[in-house]
Amino acid sequence: MPYPAYMEGSIKKVEATREKRLKETFARLTDEQKNPLLEEFHPDFIKEAMRELVVGPSKGGRAPLELVDLLEGNARVDPDKIDLNKIDYDVDVLILGFGGAGASAAIMAHQGGAKVMVATKLRLGDANTVGAQAGTQAADRPEDSPIMHYIDTMGGGHGDNLPDLVEALVKDAPSAIKWLEDLGVCWDKNPDGSMHELSGGGASRLRLHSCRDYTGLEEMRVLRDEFRNRKIDFLEYSPAIELIIDDRGKVSGAVLVNMETNELTIVRAKAVVMATGGMGRLHFQGFPTTNHYGATADGLVLAYRAGAELIFIDTMQYHPTGAVYPVQILGQLVTEKVRALGAQLANSEGEQFIMPLEPRDVVASSIIRECRGRNKGIKTPHGEFGVWLDSPMIDLIRGEGTIAREIPAMVRQFGRYDINIIKEPMLIYPTLHYQNGGIKMAADGATTVPGLFAAGEVGGGVHGRNRLIGNSTLDIFVFGRRAGTAAANYVKTAKVGKLTLEHVRRWQKELAKAGIAKSRPISPRLLPDYARQPYDYLAEYAKEMLEPGQIKVA
Amino acid sequence: MTEQTKIVDIYIMGKHYQVPEGLTIMTALEYCGYRLVRGCGCRAGFCGACATVYNLKDDPQLKFDLACQKTVEQDMYLAQIPFFPAAKATYDIEKLEPTGEQVLAVYPLIEKCFGCNTCTKACPQELEVMWYMSDILRGDIPEVMNKSFDCVMCGLCAARCPQGLVPYNYALLSRRLYGKYLAPRSKHLEDRIAEINANKFDADIEKLKKMDKKEIQKKYQTRDIEAAY
Ligand SMILES: Cc1cc2nc3c(=O)[nH]c(=O)nc-3n(C[C@H](O)[C@H](O)[C@H](O)COP(=O)(O)OP(=O)(O)OC[C@H]3O[C@@H](n4cnc5c(N)ncnc54)[C@H](O)[C@@H]3O)c2cc1C
Ligand code: FES
Repeated sequence: MPYPAYMEGSIKKVEATREKRLKETFARLTDEQKNPLLEEFHPDFIKEAMRELVVGPSKGGRAPLELVDLLEGNARVDPDKIDLNKIDYDVDVLILGFGGAGASAAIMAHQGGAKVMVATKLRLGDANTVGAQAGTQAADRPEDSPIMHYIDTMGGGHGDNLPDLVEALVKDAPSAIKWLEDLGVCWDKNPDGSMHELSGGGASRLRLHSCRDYTGLEEMRVLRDEFRNRKIDFLEYSPAIELIIDDRGKVSGAVLVNMETNELTIVRAKAVVMATGGMGRLHFQGFPTTNHYGATADGLVLAYRAGAELIFIDTMQYHPTGAVYPVQILGQLVTEKVRALGAQLANSEGEQFIMPLEPRDVVASSIIRECRGRNKGIKTPHGEFGVWLDSPMIDLIRGEGTIAREIPAMVRQFGRYDINIIKEPMLIYPTLHYQNGGIKMAADGATTVPGLFAAGEVGGGVHGRNRLIGNSTLDIFVFGRRAGTAAANYVKTAKVGKLTLEHVRRWQKELAKAGIAKSRPISPRLLPDYARQPYDYLAEYAKEMLEPGQIKVA
Repeated sequence: MTEQTKIVDIYIMGKHYQVPEGLTIMTALEYCGYRLVRGCGCRAGFCGACATVYNLKDDPQLKFDLACQKTVEQDMYLAQIPFFPAAKATYDIEKLEPTGEQVLAVYPLIEKCFGCNTCTKACPQELEVMWYMSDILRGDIPEVMNKSFDCVMCGLCAARCPQGLVPYNYALLSRRLYGKYLAPRSKHLEDRIAEINANKFDADIEKLKKMDKKEIQKKYQTRDIEAAY
């Protein structure tokens, strides 16, 4: 399915302006230019798409409607019907989620001498981490420094980041890279051994460490292998559906569900590390997403119900370049590396409209403006709009063969649909990518609830209101490692009291008091529901039979 | 979907369905009412959870692909195969040598490869699986790393190997050996770690941490920016 004939005119214009654009540098926007652009076009600023939380520790805060629904949701477990004396697993540290953060935490907690167990929703490593293509930041070149990394991260986050977390991020970064290399991650390098680093949006230095455009996959498969070698216990397809808190208010385990049989598993643990990742599958405002199938905000829901404070959950990252054509890959990521290598953005007339490496919120807003505000988008056969990402420029700038060598996953993905990105531009539009905020945490991963640690995308504070490229696959290793180590230390003296689900009881009462229990869904969501089901007699029947507090997945 | 959307006939585990053209195998299953739990991960061609087999009505030859990437075609017969566990040795990477003999010592079955090339034909990433198997036997670890790099570990090569081998795990071990022992070291990385450990940046970062929002944003606005290329 190459591009439809009607797009040819516009592609010709992109080709015709290429030479001129190659010489053209588009000035970075000043704050005075950025702010109105964001306010008018960034999805975070659409008032009707947000709502205030009326219960819980962050009451009064705002977040996207779909998220607020789940945060205020009804529990899947009924405390009256669960026997917490029947403990299936008894461990020191329970890690929820096995992406990059969970894997790092598990390895470090194990190294710290703790008895560790992992429970995850899909397979080990089915996570946002494997999708990361572009790379991981670390200020390790002589031209760079952790100081510059600090300034870039704070600036990108609009100055709202928590300074202690940013300090930990930038100072731990080089050793995180080294840790991964010592485990066998193959970083892209120059022949002399120096790292082959690229620039990323909002970064003032070349700082992105990559493994071709399979960076997250490479990081994940090495960590998973190391994890397996350590023979740490794990359960797959067994997401947590509630935390367990002891009679002294400490998080002391979790209730898991086998998603295929609905059987429950009770894990008692002296500490829990929440590493459940993001929430792209909630499709805010109908946006498609780059996220994996299990990215449904479960960790936020569980932590919130257990009393943890959340921070910056009103800000999402819309990646500027998601595929809009062909429809088979709608919303899937076109890595920022394409722009880092030199590709520019162009509208239907072949004109550049933004410096391609501005921070993501700015680039995404400018694309939305081009399509919705200026009518210079290209319409797809399915009715979506997009602008061009002029990939062929890369080989012109960096020499033939660069595209094939640096972004093989992209060449392969579009090649499947007969689009040759070495010769033809890609059609893109912003896609829901990342939750900038999350569970408020300290530099060792501790949350505001004792016994509960957090790491990775589920955590909040380090990226302020906007995360920079490459800072997330960094954050998962930095804080995954810190949380794992801190949890292993914490359990040395922690004692578990009597297990309870009192907080769930209190929660349901609070919902009832606020008059919203009946109008809110059951959460955590666990999986999105994409099945187009005509009329399902069995499901309808089942619905009538089950009270709120059901554990069923579907 | 626009009005002109064509309809494609497919068969899911034998049952006939009609779906709009342009769906992937994964979205076609969902269109037909299947709610996936297994066999679905990144939905983007990176995690290997969705390895699938299919054939076409008049062509008994089995074909292999990733369900989240492959577009449905007229008269496709579909069945989901679950990801199944494959033999993985456990080892301590700190104690290994970066050689072909080492990989063979960890996975002695590799010797049983007789070069039938079925693995290569099964690979949805179009990797030269059989050739990297022979690179292992020849002890060329850098080449194994190179040829296998884009492996998503979907398991199709192992599913198809008549000898019961698990090429993707052998490649994983080889790549780890390469990354850890054979890739040239980065001196600047080690230097930077030493500087950080010697607290070289602490005073400056302390100062930055104390700045209010306005000050730090001003710093950001006025910082010098290295050319991207
Ligand atoms: C396509 C894509 C490309 C990206 N590219 C980059 C990049 O180039 N650079 C960069 O820095 N960042 C990038 N990011 C962001 C980055 O990859 C992620 O933010 C990061 O990897 C998240 O890691 P994590 O371990 O926190 O979460 P994940 O990797 O998402 O892992 C979370 C795990 O928790 C499991 N889980 C969920 N709910 C439950 C539950 N209830 N119980 C138990 N387990 C549960 C999930 O199944 C999953 O295994 C990208 C993200 C995507 C999606
Ligand atoms: S679902 Fe991850 S490769 Fe298809």
